Formats: sequence, C-alpha cells, structure tokens
Amino acid sequence: MKKLSTLLAATAIATLMAGSAWSKTLVYCSEASPEGFDPGLYTGGQTFDASSRTAYNRLVEFKHGGTELEPGLAESYEVSADGKEYTFKLRKGVKFQTTEYFTPTRELNADDVIFSFERQYKTDNPWNKYVAGASWEYFAGMGFPDLIDKIEKVDDLTVKFVLKRPEAPFIANLGMDFASILSKEYADKLAADGKMELLNQQPLGTGPFTFVAYQTDAAIRYKANPDYWNGKQPIDDLVFAITTDAAVRAQKLKAGECHIMAYPNSADVAELKKDENLTVLEQEGLNVSYLAYNTLVPPFDKAEVRKALNMAVNKQAIVDAVFQGAATVAKNPIPPTMWSYNNAVEDDKYDPEAAKKMLEEAGVKDLHMKIWAMPVARPYMLNARRAAELMQADLAKIGVTAEIVSYEWAEYLKLSSAKDRDGAAILGWTGDNGDPDNFLDTLLGCDAVGGNNRAQWCNKDFDDLMTKAKATADVAERTKLYEEAQVIFKKEAPWNTLDHSLVVVPMSKKVTGFKMDPLGIHRFDGVDIAE
Amino acid sequence: MFRFIFGRLAVLIPTFIGVSIIAFSFIRLLPGDPVMLMSGERVMSPERHTELMHQLGLDRPMYVQYFDYLTGLLQGDFGSSIVTKRPVLEDFVNLFPATLELSLCAIIVAVALGIPAGVLAAVKRGTWFDQSIMGVALIGYSMPIFWWGLLLIIFFSGYLGWTPVSGRISLMYFFPQVTGFMLIDSLISGQAGAFKSALTYLILPTTVLATIPLAVIARQTRSAMLEVLSEDYVRTARAKGMPPFRVIGIHALRNALIPVITTIGLQVGVLLAGAILTETIFSWPGIGKWMVDSVFKRDYAVVQGGLMLIAAVIMLVNLVVDVLYGLVNPRIRH
Repeated sequence: MKKLSTLLAATAIATLMAGSAWSKTLVYCSEASPEGFDPGLYTGGQTFDASSRTAYNRLVEFKHGGTELEPGLAESYEVSADGKEYTFKLRKGVKFQTTEYFTPTRELNADDVIFSFERQYKTDNPWNKYVAGASWEYFAGMGFPDLIDKIEKVDDLTVKFVLKRPEAPFIANLGMDFASILSKEYADKLAADGKMELLNQQPLGTGPFTFVAYQTDAAIRYKANPDYWNGKQPIDDLVFAITTDAAVRAQKLKAGECHIMAYPNSADVAELKKDENLTVLEQEGLNVSYLAYNTLVPPFDKAEVRKALNMAVNKQAIVDAVFQGAATVAKNPIPPTMWSYNNAVEDDKYDPEAAKKMLEEAGVKDLHMKIWAMPVARPYMLNARRAAELMQADLAKIGVTAEIVSYEWAEYLKLSSAKDRDGAAILGWTGDNGDPDNFLDTLLGCDAVGGNNRAQWCNKDFDDLMTKAKATADVAERTKLYEEAQVIFKKEAPWNTLDHSLVVVPMSKKVTGFKMDPLGIHRFDGVDIAE
Repeated sequence: MFRFIFGRLAVLIPTFIGVSIIAFSFIRLLPGDPVMLMSGERVMSPERHTELMHQLGLDRPMYVQYFDYLTGLLQGDFGSSIVTKRPVLEDFVNLFPATLELSLCAIIVAVALGIPAGVLAAVKRGTWFDQSIMGVALIGYSMPIFWWGLLLIIFFSGYLGWTPVSGRISLMYFFPQVTGFMLIDSLISGQAGAFKSALTYLILPTTVLATIPLAVIARQTRSAMLEVLSEDYVRTARAKGMPPFRVIGIHALRNALIPVITTIGLQVGVLLAGAILTETIFSWPGIGKWMVDSVFKRDYAVVQGGLMLIAAVIMLVNLVVDVLYGLVNPRIRH
C-alpha cells in the first residue's frame, strides 16, 4: 500500500513536472528528520515545521513573524465574564486538502475541532492510543488535561471550550502546534479501513501546503494547496532537504542546492554574510539563558549573596566569547521581544570590587561553589562549559572558588531539578507561545519548585502576581502585573540572567516574503522565489 | 554437507543470543531515559514520568523486558521506535539499501585502486613512487572521516562547484523506491538525467568511505606482493624469460591476493563504522545516520532492533561465506 501511494504521488509529481519543466520550487534545508506528521504527538521543532506549519492550521494563529495572535480557523472568539468559557466561531467554507490518499466530502466544522482535542486527553477515545506510546506531551505539558472540563459543539460552526478555572494564557496555547486541527472525516475513513497509523504518516489538514511524500531521512515534498482558505501560495512546490550537519547545510545554501537553511553554526555566519548571493536575517530569539542558584541551600538562600555573585560576572564577555556577538546580555527573565518586558529594570552592574564587599558584609568568606555546565549546545547557550570557565575566572577575582561540574544531558536535566542540588546550574528556555506566563510562572513559580524552577525559588509576592495575571484576560492589566514581577525578580536575584541569543536564518537573495519567527518556527506561507 | 551447514547454524544460536543481550543492555547502560529526553528542558512531574515509563513498558524488571523483547524477535517483531512510533523493521528495510549501495561502491573503488597501487608500490620498491603511494596511504588511513568529508565538500562542491554537496539524487527527480538502490531505481524510472545525477551524488561519499579501506588494501597488497616476489618460483619464472607483466600479474599477484582478500573481508566492519560518519556528513539516508540519531534520543527499540538486524546481516553473510568455503574446499567440512 505504501509503495502504491508513493507511486501515485510520484506520478502526480511527474505529471506536474511535465507541465512546467521545473515548477517554482522552494527548497529548505532542514536540520533533522520529522519524528512523524501528527503534531499532537511530538515536541520537536523540525516536526512542527514539517507538519503543523505546512499542512495544518489552528483556531488562532501567531502573526507571521511575531507572537501576537490573529484569527486562524476561528474567525472570532468570546470569553465569558468568569473567564472559564471560550466560544469560537469557525470560518465558513474552509476546505480540507484533496490528496492522492483522500478526497474530503465536507468542509471544516465543529466536529473536527472536538476530534482534534478530545483524542489528546480522553483515554476512551479510540485515537488516544492509536500509535504505540502516544503520550500527547505538549497537551499534557501545558496543563490541558487538568484545565479543560469539556468541549461542546454549539452548532456546526461554533464550538465552546469550558475550563475548570480561568486561565488567561489558554488562548495563546491554542496557537501552538499541538492544537492543530485535523479532519475527523479523514480519521474516520482511516479507522474504518483499519489503517489508523497513517494519520501520523500522511497528514491532511487545511494548511497552505498539501503533503505529497516523505522519503525517510532524505526529503519531504509538498505542493501548494489550491483550495487554501487564505489564497494559493506563490510557490508551486516546497521541498524539505533534510541535512543534519550545519556546516553541510551552509555549503548546500552557498551551492544553490537550497534556498533557505535552518540553524547555521555561529562560526559560519560571517562567511555566509560575505556571500553576495545570500541574505542573512537575524532576530532576537524568544529565549533566555540563566545561572540558577539553589535558593534553598545556604549561603544562596540570601538575596545579597546571589546579587554579589551576579555583580562579579562579566556577562558581556560571555556573550562575546560564546556567541561572537550573536546574542545580547539578559537582564530580565523574559526576552525583550515579549510583551510586558520591563525595560526600566536595571541589571546588576559588573563591579567585582563592590561584589567582594557585599559578600564580606553578608558574612560569606572563602566560598566554594559548584557551577553546573550543560553538556550540550542549545540555541540559548552554545557552549556552557566556556561560559562556566569565564564565570569561574570572574568569581576567583572576588575570592570565590568555583568548581565546574557536568553530567550527561538527560542526567543533567534530572539532577539539576533536585531541591538539594549542590551549586548553581546553567540552563535556559525557549518560549512556546509568546505568553510571559510561559517563562515567568513556568520557570519561577512556586509550583515549579523541584521541577522547572531550577532556583527552587518560591516568593509569595511574585507568585501572587502570577496567579492574578492568569485570572485576568485583560492584556494591559496582565502587563502591569508581569512588569511588577520582573522588579521583584531582579531584587531577589534567584538567577543570574545571562543572555538572549539571536535566531539567524541565511537564505538566497531570490527568496522574498520569508519572515523570521521569534518562536523558532520556519513558515513558508507567503514566501515567493524569483525565477 | 548438511551436517556441516547444521553445525554452522547451531553456532549462530549462541551468537544470536549474545548479540541480543549486548544490543539490549548497552543502550540501557547509558545514563538518562527516553522519557526524560523527550521532555527536554520542560520538567515532567515524577507521576507523569512513571506513567510514561509504564506505558512504554520500561518500568518492568530488566529480565522481563529482555525476554519480552526476545519473544518479539523470534516472532519477527523488532518493536516500534519510541520517538517516531514507526516499526523498526520497516525503517531498516527502507534505509538499508542506501547504506549497502554506498558501501558496495566504496569497496569497489577501494579494491579497484588499492590493489594496483599496492602492486606498483611493491614492484617499484624503495623508489619515490613507492614512498609517495605509501605516504598517501598512511595519510588516508589516519584522516578523520568527518574532517575529510567536509574538506572535500568545501573544495569540490563549494569552491569548484563540480559535485553536489549532499543527498542521494537531485531533488528535481522523484520516483518510487523499487529496489532502494538509487542507481538502479533511477534507471528503472526512465527519467532523463536521473542516473547521471545519482552517480554524481555518489562521488564524494564514496571517496570518503573508500579512503580507509583503500589505504589498508594498498598497504596489505604491497607487503603481500613483496613477500611473494622474493619467492623462488618468481625468480625462476623471471629467469625463464617470462615477460614481467605475466610474472607479476599472473604468478605473483594470484598468490599475494589470498591475504588481501581476507583483509577486504575484514573491511566490511570498517565500512559499516565509517558509514555512520559518512552518512551524517553527506545527509545520506542510511542506517548509520538512523542509529546515531537513535542513540542520542535513547530510542531503545531502534538501537537494539537496528543492532540485531545489522548483526543478522553480518551473520548471514558469514554463514554464506562459510558454506561457500565448505563447498569449494571440502577439507574445511571435516
């Protein structure tokens, strides 16, 4: 069957190509193979680029190139006064894609929305375990199983989400990849044919591109969806050329084998900028890297000690050495591109002399501490060991002896969460949905102690602000609360905020309409290419 | 003869069990578990972690998991990937032809160039020719594959623009996978230019993968030839006035090839190990790259299933070779 479908797809492509020698094709050098094509099942960015951002849409969408929300498959929505009911009015006339493997007979309706969500949390839903080990990680990670009370069909084009408690970030969460809307009609057909696993191999949605074929670990092919509700795309075909090595991706881009590449090595960026056929786009990413003290363990339980240590570290030197300038020094726990960023907050000044004095005043002498350095490069911290070495040298200047420790990645993630962890750990975060709650409460809330809150920091004033902000849907009101929270954070200094890294996308000058995305997504709707 | 084959098959059983234990336990010796890695920086609650480990059957005692896995293997079930959820066997069947095609091309190049180079070096022993060939072979043998691959890409693809950078065929061509061998499938497809494209995409990865076996074969051929060339029968042949080409090509080389063939056989393992790096550099969708990715993700099912399948292929090849040897040389049977 698989071979037959590939054959059919190949015939379709061959026919297309016969019509126009080599139709307008955009080639994107992606960084890894997709884990699958059902965005609800996975957490990897490469999977989202290949599934949810090409084949699917969501009720609300992030604005292209931003984190603000705009209408997607829902034209509008209303929130009840108690903040617990969200009623979505669906767009009329939205067609699902017609592919070689399925021809839809009806347009999008409320059943599709209900199906897309219920399969992720109702254990009696036949789709809940349709592939071995389906865990719906993002759905669970965003707390949806405890949040959603029920989802009701009001009429064909109206659907209501009833929540167990008010939760302002809920709407931003619906713009995330796991909340993509699938076709219930297609799923029913697969179930009737006894081929449920194909839902994860042959995606079918309402998105701008129709899936054609996936050649394992080599390439993914799409064609523009002629029935797309937001208009047909300027390009005819889209191909993901899977190229895992960043240096090779750069070479492919330079050789004209692809038009856009994902995640270049920071060392290659200068060379790519020099190439006259290429443009290099840069934007501050929605991320932060930090050094989290364990605020439960003395002497790091004292804010003045943490502040003194922060003042001893030259963060600009770290940014220069580790990122070669492709990052900015962080002063807040949220990145500057995010709404509610408090620019009035002043960072702890680099002043070793003052730091030494502060430490003496706090009664700390001959401090020996551990710095945990991550063993892997992440977008927010490319070389944690180098950063740790620089911190070690800086701390030595104020008489603090720092020992650098590291563990294998999975072990590091586990051990760094422990409440009795010895020392300060380098780690970071990349935002999921552009909501400040996704940084502030997720990483610093009292509930996250022993988990995501690596500083094990529980401050009542800060936590109250988080709870208040969650309960109100008014953005202006929430902005004020989060700004205030950042002031408390800086005063208490549970972290030394290190950097926000830049996201870099090099591409051919022939490409137009590509927008950088702070969420790290690569979207190709609206992208054109000069002949 | 049947007794001989039966004996060989009997030896496979403990080998199979041994490999299955190694494949099963090695990946589990690494710290961290797949569930933990799946969630990344986002910490999972201990309850959720327990629940997922239970769902994947990873919370059961090790011996229960092993016997479960063994039972599956005996029924031809290699399990499904923890990450992609696809059956391991399906992915292996999809990806193995790519590795095989690359390895075959590499060994053909290594033999075709290595043997003549070794012979020439031996014949011209001590001359600048000999020394430069052996020098180049030593460099080839010592070259880190990753660095060598990138160097070739930068020079031939980036600077000169002669060869494509990575992949198996130009993305312009798209046809169904029939045999999985791109050279054959491109011919079957009948699309003009597809075969040539597939061939150009093979040049650099084949060069990189062939480098070490080529160096080893050249050095082995040289030393085997030197030994044979000093034999009495070679001197006699020369004394008889036989043309040098006949002496070297027929009398000497034939005998010198025996240890060389053994060396070529041993290079199969080297090729598979080299394929892992070569495939990663050249985005070659084969089993090497697949296995490396799976180790990093602690995808137990893929690593243990993949290792078993690779071992099965090697065991099968060995069995065939043993049987053929037995057929050719009856003394071995006893």
